[in-house]
Amino acid sequence: MDFTFSPEHEALRRMIREFAENEVAPIAAEIDREGRVPFEVLHKMGEIGLLGVCFPQEYGGMGAGEAGYCILMEELGRICTSTATNVGAHIGIGAMSVYLDGNEEQKRKYLTPLARGEKFAAFLLTESDAGSDAAAIRTRAVRDGDHWVINGTKTFNTNGSFADIATVMAVTDPTLGPRGGITAFIIETDTPGFQVGRHEDKMGIRGSSTAELVFEDMRVPHENVLGKVGEGFVAFMKSLDMGRLTLGAACLGGAQAALEWSINWAKTREQFGTALAQKQSVQWMIADMATELEALRSLVYRVAWMVDTDQPFTRLAAMCKLYGSEVASRAIDMAVQIHGGLGYSRDYPIERAFRDARIAEIFEGTNEIQRIVIASRLFREHGVRISP
Amino acid sequence: MDFSLSEEQKMFRAMFEDFSTNEIAPIAEEIDHEEMLPVDVLKKAARQGFLGATLPEEHFGASLDFVSYALLIEALARDCVSVAVTLGTHISLVAMSILDHGSDAQKEEFLPLLASGEAIGAFAMTEPDAGSDTTSLEARAVVDGEGYVLDGVKTWVANGEIANAGMDTLYLVFAEAPGGITAFLIPSDTSGLTVGYREPTLGLRSVPFHTLYLEGCRVPPANRLGDEGEGREIAERARQRMAITLGAAALGVSDNSVDVGAQFATERVQFDVPIAEKQAIQNFIAESAVETEALRYLVYHGAWQVDQGEDLAFDASVVKAFGARVARSVTDRMVQVMGGYGYMEDYPMARKYRDARALGIIGGPTEVHNVLIAKNVFSAWEVEITP
Repeated sequence: MDFTFSPEHEALRRMIREFAENEVAPIAAEIDREGRVPFEVLHKMGEIGLLGVCFPQEYGGMGAGEAGYCILMEELGRICTSTATNVGAHIGIGAMSVYLDGNEEQKRKYLTPLARGEKFAAFLLTESDAGSDAAAIRTRAVRDGDHWVINGTKTFNTNGSFADIATVMAVTDPTLGPRGGITAFIIETDTPGFQVGRHEDKMGIRGSSTAELVFEDMRVPHENVLGKVGEGFVAFMKSLDMGRLTLGAACLGGAQAALEWSINWAKTREQFGTALAQKQSVQWMIADMATELEALRSLVYRVAWMVDTDQPFTRLAAMCKLYGSEVASRAIDMAVQIHGGLGYSRDYPIERAFRDARIAEIFEGTNEIQRIVIASRLFREHGVRISP
Repeated sequence: MDFSLSEEQKMFRAMFEDFSTNEIAPIAEEIDHEEMLPVDVLKKAARQGFLGATLPEEHFGASLDFVSYALLIEALARDCVSVAVTLGTHISLVAMSILDHGSDAQKEEFLPLLASGEAIGAFAMTEPDAGSDTTSLEARAVVDGEGYVLDGVKTWVANGEIANAGMDTLYLVFAEAPGGITAFLIPSDTSGLTVGYREPTLGLRSVPFHTLYLEGCRVPPANRLGDEGEGREIAERARQRMAITLGAAALGVSDNSVDVGAQFATERVQFDVPIAEKQAIQNFIAESAVETEALRYLVYHGAWQVDQGEDLAFDASVVKAFGARVARSVTDRMVQVMGGYGYMEDYPMARKYRDARALGIIGGPTEVHNVLIAKNVFSAWEVEITP
């Protein structure tokens, strides 16, 4: 057993924290208010290598592994959930899907500019009738010689409105169902037949872009099939597993911020003749927050270690997302309560964090889906197959 | 024991729900988005007698009992918690304080203005250093010649400014006078009174919460509500009424959220069935329905206690603390039922979720109500509880 970070990871965390505090923190409130993606920050992150943090150096990455990527997401989540969301969609599921299933040529052509931050990525799965039930997608890809022709509409796409490169899931054989009938494609979004539709007006993570995307006879070369034809379902499950772990890491950062704000306020705010820190109601909240936070921290970095050492981690990644999102929501709820009116005011970051945190229980597979993943894995070990 | 509403109360409830459905529901999203108090709707509410709901007819009120008034707040909060809070502040905090503690002259001067909607009541207690703790105030009322001169800063003044023409604001302001904390009725055109910063809030966005500056603000003795030093009791009783009122608002938003969530669950098909058929969703709905029904009778009981003139020191806090918890958990579950759609501002649940979060903070945070509740419980053992 060894629970310490390597000196390289410690140095990486210092570098990211400095970046987050100097470059991200000053714009966090503004991008929320204006509903704008902070491209200037994303570009800077690309320049210093952070957008390829987990990918091998041969593909333009930093080679810091999943643990390094979790450090990035934790530190960004501590400062700005919107930025963490942009980065998570880019690295964690967009570029990650190319890394996990791409062939050598695809990785050279697509992963490298993504890892260097020269291009942005998105992962296009959800449709209006296929949310939790991702296998119910209807976007269709039909073979036409050396090309596939894609038609359909994807909803709730993070980064979709500006991504240069995206992985899109489409039905290639309706007779086969999800396993065998769905294929993943790498697309370049400047290809004719691709259109950005409505932008969603969200309660939080307003500094991230969530848009509808429409495919009309978009022609994609056959060489852009990611993995094998018919194996898209397996591909996206793998990417989502990875995304779930790192979402847990972002939640860890969010919960950490909630704890830090709460301690600082409880220290200085006096009511009834003493600091709030002297009230047991407040002490209990702080203690509960910190306890859950430590449990989450251990879970997240243990699973990162499992990924980096090639161990199976699907069930535990679902737990990272499930527990992480709930810990973050509870922590920020308590932070709002400790801050009272200030916690309810848009002049302070707690209010934004409260709106931002709520999405983590919903996206990247709702928490209900995570519970199904966890339960079905456990029951399977006991010979019971469950369906959602 | 009789848990049924009277025929009259049922009739009122139907009327309140019609009003809310026809007048409030269509504008609820817009007034949240625009952060705009719906003055036209308040005027319509005034014409229906809602702005003087619990005031006697002699003061142009509708003479409703408090249970009926709770039904009104519940009905409004079903569609918009903001409007319910504005009305609750106006009636429970301001108008009823005048009714209970005002002189005949004050009742004759101010209650018709409030009942008719010519003026909206605003409540100014909180200060930068006096949030939960209002045992001592920094705002001062100094005796000068015939009257008082007030100086100080009040924050989070609900209904702090009615921007549009045609409606005025009547401030109920608390300040430290020579004889202790004292309440004053201050019309908005009084010199030395300035409305300042508006708080940008997570929810309740159509309620204007403002900072109020009192600088050499002269108030005649005729505008002192009650005696010098009576302010604490006036505020305490107002807060007890407001606690039950906010409980009614919590009930309305919870009850409606269950409806919205359940409706969505019947329409949303995933894995080939409406998600209503999934046990996870059924649990969300069932737990929310249990809490909402428990809250319903707690609220009506508290309102009935107001009508009976009972001491509310314990029960008002019970209603408020439980109401805040129920509204928070129910709206949270219904966001989850709606998934991504629950997070989008063009569906109503995100707004209800933001609004509901206020109920654990305004009108005294839950922790303070817990202290009051515990104090009452422990009093049987003669244990002294201080916050």
